[in-house]
Amino acid sequence: MSKALHIDGTILKSRLFLGTAGYPSPEALKNAIAASKPGLLTVSLRRESASGEGQKFWDIIKSFNIPVLPNTAGCHGAAQAITTAEMAREVFDTSWIKLEVIGDDYTLQPDPFGLVEAAEALINKGFKVFPYMTDDMVLAERLVDLGCDILMPWGAPIGSGRGLNNPFALKALRARFPTKTLVVDAGIGAPSHAAAAMELGYDAVLLNTAVSKSADPAAMAGAFAKAIDAGREGYLSGLIAQQETASASTPMIDRPFWHQEG
Amino acid sequence: MKVTINGREQTFEAPLNLYNILEQQGYVSMMIAVARNGSFVPKDNYVGTPIQDGDEIEIVAPMQGG
Repeated sequence: MSKALHIDGTILKSRLFLGTAGYPSPEALKNAIAASKPGLLTVSLRRESASGEGQKFWDIIKSFNIPVLPNTAGCHGAAQAITTAEMAREVFDTSWIKLEVIGDDYTLQPDPFGLVEAAEALINKGFKVFPYMTDDMVLAERLVDLGCDILMPWGAPIGSGRGLNNPFALKALRARFPTKTLVVDAGIGAPSHAAAAMELGYDAVLLNTAVSKSADPAAMAGAFAKAIDAGREGYLSGLIAQQETASASTPMIDRPFWHQEG
Repeated sequence: MKVTINGREQTFEAPLNLYNILEQQGYVSMMIAVARNGSFVPKDNYVGTPIQDGDEIEIVAPMQGG
């Protein structure tokens, strides 16, 4: 029932996008990926030492044959993000980039101005930009005008585990951009948060810390995969409209002691 | 001449190109990407990129990310 997600001609096998950072061990990362079978894995870049630590990590990731989405995590300003994206394209051999331009170190809130500047430059260089953004409608419109057909608004600040801080804004984005691919990225803490995002009609959920820092990352990753499937199917099945008053689900006619009024 | 590689200043004999630096440091066969003075340098341009005194080189590789 849950129609597959297509991005840029690639069919993603799951609507769970899983981060690869912060696991207690490489084995825990492998087990989490195996348990949840995510549609996409996010990766990053760091300064490499001559001992080649990064190569060992890459061997793990490539063994799963899951598409990767490199990020520009930690970049401040468009120039850093653009250079990092160009390096990521060469290292990972993909033009997909999770564009992250941090504007505030306390909340890790994305810098909307740097984001737009970097997105425009990268789209002109042939990148498929997945912008990590706030849930601001005008920012979303600017990014769509530039050519972004994927938007990744935050649920809450990165790593906070708060879930969907502003479901109203997320819902408004879904209504405003019915044909764009919308992904809730960041702030997810529990499988129910991910299910709620999917019930709003979001196309996927990107999360990391909720799995990697849980007591049992493999089991938690599996739980998220189920929640995301359940939320998607719930959305596609047509949720009922909320009402202010009760509405009996059991038919009243001919129940014992029933008397027709009037 | 002094060249800063991944934040650490080192001394090299000039003349030198970017490929020479990567070779001397043991990076040539690795899955890496490079920026010089904040700008990306594609792999095909390593040999044709002369290194100058004071250059800052960033050499990056895959890492975990969210």
